[in-house]
Amino acid sequence: MRILVCVKRVPAPGAKINVTADGLAVDTQHLGFTTSPHEECALEEAVQVTEQYGGEVTVLTLGPVAAEEQLRYAASVGAHKLVLVPIEEVDWDPQRTAAALTSAIGDLEATDGAFDLLLFGNESADAGGFQVGVRVAHALGRPIVNGIKGIDVGDGPVTARREIDGGFEVYEVPTPAVLGVKEGINLPRYPTMKGRLASKKAELTTSEQVVDAGGQDRVRLHRPVEQVSETVILGEGPDAAAAVVDVLEELGVLA
Amino acid sequence: MSGALLVLCDHDRGVLAEASLEALTFARDLAERLGAPCEAVVIGNGADTAAADLAAYGAEAVHVAAHDLLTDYGPEAWGATLAQLAEAVDAVAVAACGTDRGNEVLAHVAARLDEPFVANCRSIEPGGDSWSMTRIQWGGSLLEDATLTAGRKVVSVAHHAVEAAPAAAPAAGTVSPFAPDLDPSLARTLVTDRVVLTQGITLSTASVVVGGGRGVGSAEAFAPLEELAAELGGVVGCSRAVTNNGWRPHSDQVGQTGTRIAPVVYIASGISGAIQHWVGAMASKHILAINTDPEANMVTRADWAVIGDLHQVIPAVTEEVRRRRG
Ligand SMILES: Cc1cc2nc3c(=O)[nH]c(=O)nc-3n(C[C@H](O)[C@H](O)[C@H](O)COP(=O)(O)OP(=O)(O)OC[C@H]3O[C@@H](n4cnc5c(N)ncnc54)[C@H](O)[C@@H]3O)c2cc1C
Ligand SMILES: Nc1ncnc2c1ncn2[C@@H]1O[C@H](COP(=O)(O)O)[C@@H](O)[C@H]1O
Repeated sequence: MRILVCVKRVPAPGAKINVTADGLAVDTQHLGFTTSPHEECALEEAVQVTEQYGGEVTVLTLGPVAAEEQLRYAASVGAHKLVLVPIEEVDWDPQRTAAALTSAIGDLEATDGAFDLLLFGNESADAGGFQVGVRVAHALGRPIVNGIKGIDVGDGPVTARREIDGGFEVYEVPTPAVLGVKEGINLPRYPTMKGRLASKKAELTTSEQVVDAGGQDRVRLHRPVEQVSETVILGEGPDAAAAVVDVLEELGVLA
Repeated sequence: MSGALLVLCDHDRGVLAEASLEALTFARDLAERLGAPCEAVVIGNGADTAAADLAAYGAEAVHVAAHDLLTDYGPEAWGATLAQLAEAVDAVAVAACGTDRGNEVLAHVAARLDEPFVANCRSIEPGGDSWSMTRIQWGGSLLEDATLTAGRKVVSVAHHAVEAAPAAAPAAGTVSPFAPDLDPSLARTLVTDRVVLTQGITLSTASVVVGGGRGVGSAEAFAPLEELAAELGGVVGCSRAVTNNGWRPHSDQVGQTGTRIAPVVYIASGISGAIQHWVGAMASKHILAINTDPEANMVTRADWAVIGDLHQVIPAVTEEVRRRRG
C-alpha cells in the first residue's frame, strides 16, 4: 500500500497561549513545536498498515522550512519519504492550504503513481478548520470520511469505524480513499535510537506551490476571558482528607 | 443573492440534537440581522418527525430532503444534498452546528460550492460580501477574529455559543420536500453498519470525575483513583501524558483531543493543567486539585486544592468517605 499522511507543525503551548504583538500568530518564543495529535495517530496507523501489508509511507506538510523537524520526526517513527511545501507566512487559510496540498499530491502521483490511501487528521490542533482533508478529497474525486478511530485494510474496500454517542458507525470505502483520523485510533510509538539515526538520512523533497488565497482571513488572535477564582487551600498531605470530604458533602456528591 | 439562511438540523431518527437547536437559535438571530428568512433543513430517516419542532425555534420554512441514498448518514450524500438545496433556493448562507458531523457536512458543502467555510463561530457580524466573526481555535483555548469574503457564506456555530431557546413567537415552519439529484457513486461513503455499545456512566455525563495525570506514575497506581471514583459514583479520567504512556485507554482522556467533561466536581490529581487539558475540564462546576506543586496551573485555577502527594491524599480521602458513611 502506498499511503500519504498530511501533518502540520504546531506550537506546543503549556498553561496558556500567548499571542504576538500584531495578534496574527501564537507567540512561540519560548515554545517547542509538535505535530497535531490526530495526525501523529494517522501516521502511526499508516506505518502499522505498511508494516503488515508492505508498502511505503510518504509524509507531506505545508509550513515554514522549520517544519523539517516534524518531517524528520515522522521518519524516526517509520515514514519513508518526506515532502515539504514551504510557505513564508505563519499560516495559510484552509482553501489555500488544501489547493497547495492537492497540487503537491498531484505532482507526487504523476511521478510515483497513485496513493491507495491519503490520511489526514480530523482537524488541525491550532487552526481547527475542519476542512482541509475534505477539500483535498473533493478536488481529487476521492471518497472521504472523517472522525475515524479504526481502519481495517484488506483486499477489498477499507473498513473504517467512527465513534458516535453510545457506539460506532461503520463505513466501507473503496480505494483510493481519504480518511480523517482521530487520536485514540492507536498509541503512537516513540522513536527508537535507530529510527532517530535513520531519520537524518531520510530523503526530503521540497515542493513549491503557488496558489491563490481563499476567502477566510485572520484579523487577530486573542485569549478568551476567563473567570479567575481564588483557590482555597484545604491543607497539606493526607491530613487534608477531612476538609476534602467536607467539601464533597457540601456538594452533595456523597449521597 | 437574496435568498434564505439555511440551517442544517441534525437529528437521530427524528429526535433533534441539542446542538442543532443551538445552531437554529443562533441562526435565527443572524437571519434577522441579515434581513433574510431562517430556514431549516433536515435530511434522512425520521426527518419528518424532526421537522415538526423546528417552527418553534424560528424556522420560517423546513426543507425535508429525501432520497434513497439518504436513509442513513453519509457525508458526501449529505453534503451534495445541502449544496444543491443552497443553489436551488439561492441561499445567502448555509449554517450548521459545529459538531463533528455538522463540520464534516459543511466542509463538503463548501468544497462543492467552491466557497470558503468558517468553522466554529462564536459570534458573527454580517455585512454584505464580507462578514466578521469570532471563531474558536485550539479547541476553545484561543479565539480568532476573522473575515469571510464569499458569495454564499458557509459557517458552523460553535457548540455552546448560545443556549438553545424557542423563538418568542413560533415561525411558519412551512414544510416542503426536497428531492436532490444524487449520483449513485455517493453510496461509497454511506454508513453500512451501526454498532451500539451499552455503557453505564460515561466520562462526559458523570457527576464526579477523579482525574489522574503523569503524577500518578503507572497504570497500577490508578487503583486508588478507581476506588475513590467508585465510592463517589463517578468515573476515572486522565491526561494525555497518561494515555501516551499506555496507562489508561484514550477513552479516559480529558481535553482538546479527548472528552469534554462537565461534572459537579472534578478531582484533578497529579495533573499540571496544560491548556489542552484545561479546555476539556473547564466546564466542570467545581474543581479540586491535588498536586505537590502549589504553583501548578491546575491548582491556581481550582476552587479548592490539597498540596501533597496524591498517593497519600487519595487513599486518605477514600478512607474518610467510608468512615463517615459508617
Ligand atoms: C495539540 C495538543 C493537544 C493536546 N490534547 C490534550 C488533551 O486532550 N488532554 C490532555 O490532558 N493533554 C493534551 N495535550 C498535552 C498537554 O499539553 C500536556 O502535555 C498534558 O496535559 C500533561 O499531562 P499531565 O498534567 O498529566 O503531566 P505534567 O504536565 O507532567 O504534570 C504532572 C503534574 O503532576 C504533579 N505531580 C507529580 N507527582 C505528584 C504526586 N506524587 N502527587 C501529586 N502531584 C504530583 C506535578 O507537580 C505536575 O503538576 C495536548 C497537547 C497538544 C500539543
Ligand atoms: N499546513 C498543513 N500541512 C499539512 N497538512 C495540513 C496542513 N493544514 C491542515 N492539514 C491537514 O488537514 C487536516 C485538517 O486541517 P484543518 O482543516 O485545518 O482542521 C489536518 O489534521 C492535517 O492532516
